Amino acid sequence: MQKTSSNINRRNFLRLTGITSAGFIMGLSAKGNNGVPEVANLTNSGLNSLADATEAFELTPFVVIEKSGAITIFNTKPEMGQGVFGAIPSLIAEELEVSMDQITIKQTGGEKKFGGGQSAGGSSSIRSNYNNLRKVGASAREMLVKAASQQWGATVEECYAENAKVFHKPSGKSLSYGDLVEAASKLEVPQSPKLKDPKDFKILEKPMPRPDTPLKVSGKATFGIDVSVPGMVYASVERTPVLGSKLVSFDAAAARKVKGVLHVETSTRTIGIYSYEGVAVIAENYWAALQGRKALKVQWDHQGHDTFNSKTYEQSLRDLAKTEGVVDHTQGDFDKAVAEAPVKVEAFYETPIVSHSPMEPMNCVASWQQGDKLEIWTSTQVPGSIKKDFPKTYGIPEENLTVHTMFNGGGFGRRLYTDFIHDAVQLSKKVGKPVKVIWTREDDTQQGPFRPMTFSAMKGALSADGKAVAFQHKVISPSIDASGRMNYDKTKSDRGMTEGISEQKYEIPNMKNNYVYADLHIPIAAWRSVTSSTLAFAHECFIDEMAVNAKKDPMAFRLELLTKDSDTKNVLLKLKEVSNWDKPLPKGWGRGVAQYEFFAGLGGYVIEVSKKGTGIKIEKIYAVIDLGTVVNPDTVRAQVEGAAVMALTAAIKNGITFEKGQAVQSNFHNNPLVRINEMPPVEVHILANGGPKIKGVGEPGLPPFAPALCNAIFAATGKRIRRLPFDINKV
Amino acid sequence: MIKLKVNRKEYNVDVTPDMPLLWVLRDVLGLTGTKFGCGLSQCGACTVHLDGTPIRSCSFPVAAAVGKEITTIEGISENIDHAVQKAWIELQVPQCGYCQSGQIMSAVALLKRIPKPTDADIDAAMQGNLCRCGTYQRIRKAIHRAAELSQA
Repeated sequence: MQKTSSNINRRNFLRLTGITSAGFIMGLSAKGNNGVPEVANLTNSGLNSLADATEAFELTPFVVIEKSGAITIFNTKPEMGQGVFGAIPSLIAEELEVSMDQITIKQTGGEKKFGGGQSAGGSSSIRSNYNNLRKVGASAREMLVKAASQQWGATVEECYAENAKVFHKPSGKSLSYGDLVEAASKLEVPQSPKLKDPKDFKILEKPMPRPDTPLKVSGKATFGIDVSVPGMVYASVERTPVLGSKLVSFDAAAARKVKGVLHVETSTRTIGIYSYEGVAVIAENYWAALQGRKALKVQWDHQGHDTFNSKTYEQSLRDLAKTEGVVDHTQGDFDKAVAEAPVKVEAFYETPIVSHSPMEPMNCVASWQQGDKLEIWTSTQVPGSIKKDFPKTYGIPEENLTVHTMFNGGGFGRRLYTDFIHDAVQLSKKVGKPVKVIWTREDDTQQGPFRPMTFSAMKGALSADGKAVAFQHKVISPSIDASGRMNYDKTKSDRGMTEGISEQKYEIPNMKNNYVYADLHIPIAAWRSVTSSTLAFAHECFIDEMAVNAKKDPMAFRLELLTKDSDTKNVLLKLKEVSNWDKPLPKGWGRGVAQYEFFAGLGGYVIEVSKKGTGIKIEKIYAVIDLGTVVNPDTVRAQVEGAAVMALTAAIKNGITFEKGQAVQSNFHNNPLVRINEMPPVEVHILANGGPKIKGVGEPGLPPFAPALCNAIFAATGKRIRRLPFDINKV
Repeated sequence: MIKLKVNRKEYNVDVTPDMPLLWVLRDVLGLTGTKFGCGLSQCGACTVHLDGTPIRSCSFPVAAAVGKEITTIEGISENIDHAVQKAWIELQVPQCGYCQSGQIMSAVALLKRIPKPTDADIDAAMQGNLCRCGTYQRIRKAIHRAAELSQA
């Protein structure tokens, strides 16, 4: 089993290893104590040789080698299922010439020395680190090789690194990295190290077992919710079910009488432009906190928000669709082309609000200690911004905050937001103890932030020979950006809400895409594949509608619009090949295709369905993801398989609706997820021909799923689905 | 005091009898491998065995577990070498991993009952365990693989 760690940061690492003044950090003396190593609570630990590790050397901030030979690589990207816990260190390990089972991985907590970008989102982890982290590994390798060559009085060319050792080719002599690290750490860090030729890769581009897997099949992985620190108490916060209400007063007498309840305090959750005050019950265990919370009597002033309901709001979006909004992109003369075209097509598409619902509910342990020192343990996608922003918010020096980034029990964009951390920090400060705040599933389902709906007014025109000559995608929706900051500019198109619609590769001469902003008082958020998760549905189903109106095969119609070489064209050609697109299907079956390119990358599906009783059965799912360069193909497959499940849930399950200002859904019984018996397997194909192009992995498998499914349903039944969610058992 | 037997070890815990077993395991005994997901027996993240039968510990009062053998994910093997764990590693099932303790406990119980399950058996036994990352197709393969490993 590999030795891994997610829950100690650099500062702890120094303390734990008992580094003395003999340690070197980029030529600087590391100050530390020589205390006895603390090993308590390091279930994912740890250092390879804690007992005798008195000297450790940092070749770059990301690589620490101990004299014992133990190698630690620091991972700056939070692990939430997407596989970065192995993939990011593997970029360094490959160039450092060490295997994955020779390293200990540690998770960073926003420390300055590890630089910006200590966050996971936008399918960007590998894309943004592929070259620079390989350089980090290569620099360290070159320092070790140089140190060996100097020791042997040999040239660097005569030496090479392999398997955590440096070898002298002519003599066959070797020295281990542990033997060399002290000398190596005194050398200058090479600025342009030579990277390996990909054909020599030992780890990258091959299926690699994830180092976190053994921890995750044995209950040993420490998620935020599993953190325990001495003296810790548990909190559950009562919040208004009507979003936007103000706390008027509360009666905690009954709550305080519940066995185990210790304190009742208020705290304020801040998310984007919104602030919500809640009443926290703090107890010896979480169950007691929940019982105390149930006994609270709280008065809220709903501020008029208790009349808000989905039906009325959705109608307001349909009404807004009649307005022009702002232009996102224009080319040719759309209006003229439509006026002159022999065939005009129009359709209106609707998608729901949905929840993120990661399996691990939001939680945080915060410990406000004497001297205004603050320690935070949490499952988060953004340790870097916690480390930067929280000291400002709470008026403490940045060095007083330590952030422990734990394994995330799912992220999907929800953990880009730090709202749930505020309660824990404030409550710990108030009661003078470490506090663990855990949200209930009901809190998670009803309090937001939610993925917003988008409605789409589509218009297109065809020439007499059935070619698309004009196309319009008008998006009507609330704005994630407006939910996140004041001073939102309504005069410009919101590129976050029109994501990808003006970047598709179809060659259509006349286009006009618009955005119509809609007000909303509910916190909304990025959700896996962000707005592409809804816009692709309208965009790619409408392309299908145009193909039908042109009396053309949907695949052929798309390829006709892609005369130039493009990744999109390659994805469609690959889908055509792997799905045997031109092969006739059994009677009652239909197949649909869709692709979508957006900031995170590019993917596509062909889905085959059959009519079964009153509903639809998904028979076969073919996925293609376009990557260029791939790090761990097995993780890529897993991410696409998972994206398909999440996309199917968003397409056919309830979503979130509001009545009387409250979310109607509260838990998995009425906000269900797709279960194992509902999910057919996904056949994933990766387009990766190497080269400098690197695209994202986590998100591109999501957007084209729903349109491919609905296009297949049309092919099988003639029924066009224009509103999500739909009941797959009644089509 | 309530007397419990968890993973072959005896414990005395001072809690109210209606406290769900989940919170006793996590907050009192420090066995955090068993997870909280919904509190309503809807997601299966909290699945443990009571005399070998899978139960949802989030909705199971601790008093009802007295006198029974409770097994949690921590108790199914010493060295992560149960056939189900081996298959889970071989097929690289977990993504975020949060639901996997519960998935594995359900799978272990299924294989005990039906050593060579069909896809329909897997559907029936595993549909109480949600996975938001969507690892279902690998769970299915891994259960078939664990069945092979157990019979080898």
